[in-house]
Amino acid sequence: MKLVTAIIQPERLEAVREALLKAEVFRITVNRCTGRGQAQETELYRGQAVAPDLLPKVRLDIACNDEFVEKAVAAILNAARHSDGEVGDGKIFVTPLEECIRIRTGERGSDAI
Amino acid sequence: MPRGKLRTWSILGILLVPALCQADEPAIDTGTTAWMLTSTALVLLMVPGLGLFYGGLVRTKNVIGTLMHAFAAMAVVGVVWTVCGYAMCFGASKGWCGWDPEMLFLMGIENNIMEDARIPELVFAMFQGKFAIITPALIAGAFAERVRFRGYCVFIALWSLLIYNPLCHWVWGGGFLTGKAIDFAGGTVIHISSGVAGLVCALYLGARRGYPKTAMHPNNLVLTMLGAGLLWVGWFGFNAGSSVSSGLQTAQALTVTQIAAATGALTWVCIEGMIHKKATSLGLASGILAGLVAITPAAGDVRPVGAMVLGVIAAFGCYGAIQLKGKLGYDDTLDVFGIHGVAGIIGAIGLCFFLRTVPDHGIGAQLGYQVEGVLVSIVYASVMTLIIAVVVDKTVGLKLDDDGQRAGMDHELHGEQGYGLLNLN
Repeated sequence: MKLVTAIIQPERLEAVREALLKAEVFRITVNRCTGRGQAQETELYRGQAVAPDLLPKVRLDIACNDEFVEKAVAAILNAARHSDGEVGDGKIFVTPLEECIRIRTGERGSDAI
Repeated sequence: MPRGKLRTWSILGILLVPALCQADEPAIDTGTTAWMLTSTALVLLMVPGLGLFYGGLVRTKNVIGTLMHAFAAMAVVGVVWTVCGYAMCFGASKGWCGWDPEMLFLMGIENNIMEDARIPELVFAMFQGKFAIITPALIAGAFAERVRFRGYCVFIALWSLLIYNPLCHWVWGGGFLTGKAIDFAGGTVIHISSGVAGLVCALYLGARRGYPKTAMHPNNLVLTMLGAGLLWVGWFGFNAGSSVSSGLQTAQALTVTQIAAATGALTWVCIEGMIHKKATSLGLASGILAGLVAITPAAGDVRPVGAMVLGVIAAFGCYGAIQLKGKLGYDDTLDVFGIHGVAGIIGAIGLCFFLRTVPDHGIGAQLGYQVEGVLVSIVYASVMTLIIAVVVDKTVGLKLDDDGQRAGMDHELHGEQGYGLLNLN
C-alpha cells in the first residue's frame, strides 16, 4: 500500500479529478493548502502585479494498493501539467503506507483501501 | 464668530433659501424628489444584491467572475445610458426607439423640472438608468460560469442599446404600447425580456462542462441570502419609486410589493416542505424573487389580495418551471427564465383579474393588451438576443472554452480568487 500525495495548482483540480476517475481511482481526499515551491506566480491587486510569498495550492491524498500507484501518478502528471510544464505545476510524493483500517467494519490492510 | 451671531445668520439663511428657490424653480415637489432620490439609490442597491445572490450560487472558482457580471453592468450600462440610452428611451421623436439629440450626454435636461411629477428630470433619468443597469445584469445568471468577460461586456452594451432601450421606449417612453399594456415597474420591459434573453443565451451557448452529470454546488448560500435580502429592500424603490410620486399610489405599490414577496416565499417553502419535508434557504429566496417579479408589472394597479394570489401563483409557476428545466435538460444555470421570465409573464397577464379599477374598455380588452405586450417582449427579445449572442460570440468571443471553465472564471479571466481567507498568506 502506498500514499500518493500530490500538490497541484488549484485551477488544475478539475482536470486531475477527471483524469483520476478515468484511471478508476475514485477514493480521494482533497484539501486547500498554501505553500511555496519555486514558483513566482503573480496576482493582480488594484492594477499592480504582485507575487505573494505563499501561494494557494490544492493537496490530494490518495491511499491505494501498489498496482494503482503508477496509474494514479500517470493520471496526475498528465492532467496537472501545463502544456510543456511550468514552474509551479506541483509535486507528487509517494510514501509507504503501513496500515489502513476501515472504521465501519474494522477491516485492515489492502482490502480496506 | 459668537454663537448668537451665527444663529442669526443661519436663520437669515434658512429664510432666504426658499425665497431663492421660489424665484428660480417654482415647480419642484421636494417630497417627491426626496423619495425619487431614495428610490434611485435603492434600485442601484439591487445590483450588488443580485451579484451576491448569483455569486453565492456558483462554484467557488467562479464567485468573483459572477459578481463582476453585476458590477460590470453598473459600469458599462451606466456609461451607455448617459451617452444615448436616455435619449433612446425618452426622446420625443417616435419610432423603433425614441430620439432627441438634445438629450445625448443628458445635456439638454440639466435644468429641466418635469411638469407632471415636479421633480428634476435628472432624477428621473438616473432612476430609469438603474433599471437599464439591472436588466442585462439579470441575464448573466442564465449563462453563469461559462462566458468570457470581454464578450459579456460587449454583449450587455449591445443588449442595452438594441433591446432594452426600444422596449423601454415602446412601453414607457411614448411608443406604441404606451397607455395600452399595464406595466407598472417593468414586467415586460425588464423581467420577461431578460428572462427570455437568458433562455436564448443558455440554449445558444450550451451547457456548462459536465452539466448535468456533475454536481455543481453553491459555494456560499450565505451570500445568496444576503443578496436576496438586498433585492427585497431595493425592490421597494423599484416598485414604489415607479409611481414617480410620493403619495397614495406609492403607498399602494409599496404595500403590494411587501405582500407578494412574503406570500411567494411562504408558498415556496410550503411546496418544498410538502415534497421534500425540508425547507431550503434557496427555496425561500427563490420564492421571494418569484413574488417580487410577479408583482412588478402589477404594483400600481392591484389590491393586497390580488398581490397574495399573484405571489402564490408565481411560486407554483416558477417551482414548476424549474422542475421542467431539469427534465428538458437545458442549462439556464441560475434559472433566469424559470424565475424572471415565468413570474414576469404570470404577473403581466394575471394582473388583469385583480385590478383596483377596471378600465373603461373592460377586462377582456385589457387582457388583450397585456398578451400583446408579453408577446412583443418575448418575440423581440428572443430574436434580437440570438442575433447579438451570435455576433458577439463569433467576433469578440462569448463562450469560455473547456480549459477556461475547468480553471474557473476567477483565475482564467480576472487573475484573482474569491476566498483568500481560506488560504494562509
